[in-house]
Amino acid sequence: MRNRFADVFYELGKRDPRLCVIVADISPAGSIAKFRSEFPDRFINTGVAEQIMIGMVAGMVQRGLRPFAYTIATFTLYRPFEFVRDDLCYQNLPVTIVGIGGGVTYSTLGGTHHAQEDVAIASTIPNLNVIAPCDPAEAEAATRWCAQQEIGPVYLRLGKAGEPDLSSQAKTPWTFGKVRELREGRDVCILSYGPIVKRAFEVAERFAAAGRSVSIVSVHTLKPLDRAGIGEILGKFPHVVVIEECAPNGSLAMRVRDLAWEIQARCRLDVFTLQDAFIHCYGSHDDLLAAHGLSTAHICARLGLT
Amino acid sequence: MPQTPARLRRNAFDSAAARRRCLAYRRRVLDISQQVTALHVAPAFSCMEIVDVIFKGLMRWTSPVHSPDVFLMSKGHGCLTQYVILEEMGVLDRKDLELYCKPAGRLGAHPDFGTPGIGASTGSLGHGMGMATGMAYAERLQKRDGKIFVLLSDGECQEGSTWEGAMMAANLRLDNLTAFVDLNDFGGLERMSEGHRAFYPLAEKFAAFGWNTVEVNGHAADEIFTAAIDANRDRPLAVICRTVKGKGVSYMENVPIWHYRSPNREEYQQALAELTEISE
Repeated sequence: MRNRFADVFYELGKRDPRLCVIVADISPAGSIAKFRSEFPDRFINTGVAEQIMIGMVAGMVQRGLRPFAYTIATFTLYRPFEFVRDDLCYQNLPVTIVGIGGGVTYSTLGGTHHAQEDVAIASTIPNLNVIAPCDPAEAEAATRWCAQQEIGPVYLRLGKAGEPDLSSQAKTPWTFGKVRELREGRDVCILSYGPIVKRAFEVAERFAAAGRSVSIVSVHTLKPLDRAGIGEILGKFPHVVVIEECAPNGSLAMRVRDLAWEIQARCRLDVFTLQDAFIHCYGSHDDLLAAHGLSTAHICARLGLT
Repeated sequence: MPQTPARLRRNAFDSAAARRRCLAYRRRVLDISQQVTALHVAPAFSCMEIVDVIFKGLMRWTSPVHSPDVFLMSKGHGCLTQYVILEEMGVLDRKDLELYCKPAGRLGAHPDFGTPGIGASTGSLGHGMGMATGMAYAERLQKRDGKIFVLLSDGECQEGSTWEGAMMAANLRLDNLTAFVDLNDFGGLERMSEGHRAFYPLAEKFAAFGWNTVEVNGHAADEIFTAAIDANRDRPLAVICRTVKGKGVSYMENVPIWHYRSPNREEYQQALAELTEISE
């Protein structure tokens, strides 16, 4: 996902001289390194200083550039939080801040590097649009959209590297603010976003083995949330499942429950989120997800799929 | 070397006229203080001459929306100073000031981006240096000659973010960035020189971060103007302006309560009586 972002950014940057990337001491992956060597003035490293990274992108966009701030998700959003809120969101500037390794992607680095609440927190700030693509193709579509949009600030939450393709079978293209069906089905609908969508596919296979037809929907835009699209799903499917890599408070799960109550949905609704806890576990990304109760086996057990 | 435009030559700034304007601005701020209590009179009075020099002497101003140069009131609580100057320039109108901090108006006790003549939303301290750095870099990158002026309070120089910006601006050698520090020696609570002695010396801190620095009397318009145009411009410039909080009204000068307080009717009359002449 990170590499696809870099490739697309490089390609767009060649055509649009307003595009710049501001990093805070993170090594530029793949094509961003190429972008840097071709356009050294449009690549800025603020060093280990995230407040100035956000402040600078605000000033740059006010004077006609289209900068992307780019670093590890915790340092994109948490460390300079008030700068994101005041400089970007209060002033409603069309800037993209990219958080690499959302959720518990950095699984060996401990809680200081886990952006386990990022989507929830980002979604609370007025004007901030929140996008979390599930695979490289969605990351590409989202990056293209971010590079030309004039709506306002965007938090673009990416994974790391090596995410499988999950969306090439989708019948509809990626559209900002609209849910997108990745797999068609009738009996159960799984709502998910970000790299953990791959878990939704694993769970869907188990449902299928039990004779149930499963739809998978990418809720890649968390804000503005496609309430109409999700409302339709809640009305249409007898069973809706949310699987996400985000802490429960302020999560998609909470907002889907809220919507279900509002429209008096009659479907069964099961939600799976990260725990509201700092879990001291080091291992693979899957190990961390399992520690939070998000292994395929655990989800299937809770859904009665044995 | 590019030639210095005529209007930026030494002695091109009429400091007697500036003195008259700054007296009138102060009286205007006091008028507003009789309608609304939510204002920062003393912090506005300490930066009056600085902001006047910037708008009247240094900045190229063509439109309230997009001028060649930019001013950022990083010490957002000083915005009444900017409002009364923008009113005098015809960018804001009398009604805007009359509706200050009222629901039907558009001016609050901190400036908002989008209001004519306002470069950024500030109020939370320590934000101006970062945005100014980004703006100054954007000007250079797009091969424009825009100059960015930012006014910091001394209290803001306690914010780490100010120094993140200062270091970055020097890394980028932003010679089109000028920071003015309104050094009135007061935070909201107490004197820096009493409560935070390590705050001083300040100019040396900017110099250590790679800036050119100059110290001036922040109520002497000609000193401020000359310092800003004469400085060696191979890097960002910090103009450290020694000021008096509440300058011009005896009972406000250096008295912390006037950071927040509005004068009552009697105090207002006394202040007006005093504001016929102002010393540097």
